[in-house]
Amino acid sequence: MKIFFLFVLITITLLIGVYLYRVLRGPTVFDRVLGLNGISTKAIILLVVIGTFYERVDMFVDISTGYALLNLVGSLAIVKYLEERGKSFDVSE
Amino acid sequence: MSQNELSEMARLFITSVAIGLMLVGLFFLFVAAVGVLRLPDVFTRSHAVSLTDSLGTLFILGGLALYQGLSTNLIKILIVLVLLYLTNPVITHATVRAALRSGLKPWTREDE
Repeated sequence: MKIFFLFVLITITLLIGVYLYRVLRGPTVFDRVLGLNGISTKAIILLVVIGTFYERVDMFVDISTGYALLNLVGSLAIVKYLEERGKSFDVSE
Repeated sequence: MSQNELSEMARLFITSVAIGLMLVGLFFLFVAAVGVLRLPDVFTRSHAVSLTDSLGTLFILGGLALYQGLSTNLIKILIVLVLLYLTNPVITHATVRAALRSGLKPWTREDE
């Protein structure tokens, strides 16, 4: 069972690399925000799987709850800022 | 003795169901990653990030919750799951709306 959890951890970590490519290369700034959102979702899953791996789920689940809330507030703040700037903002960057 | 064997078998069954759920979830996460890599613009990529990703999260966290057995940890994992299902669509919708309002044109095929 430990081997399987290790397999899940490594696979999700490799998938984070794909999202990181989108964050670095993304043609518009909104691609970067979407990529960051995907990375944080993966990080939440990763935290719960790490907790199961070390048999300390009670602690790691609390951390991942806090991470989900931080992700919500941070992403909404960035997106709201970009929306308020409107058309004066060069989206092709 | 027979009772003991029965509970052992039930434990094995639950563990294998949890492993199956997590493998299905990994498949959906892989599909989401392929979508993020291959789709042409923000509006199409948001499908990969929100829809497929949420389904993969449901399967993986459901498998982990099943593996925990009946305890406080199961409730906590379900709370994280509900929280993700509330926040993920909100963030995706806000991002796509901001992209649309800042003048980004949705992708169409060239020959239309």
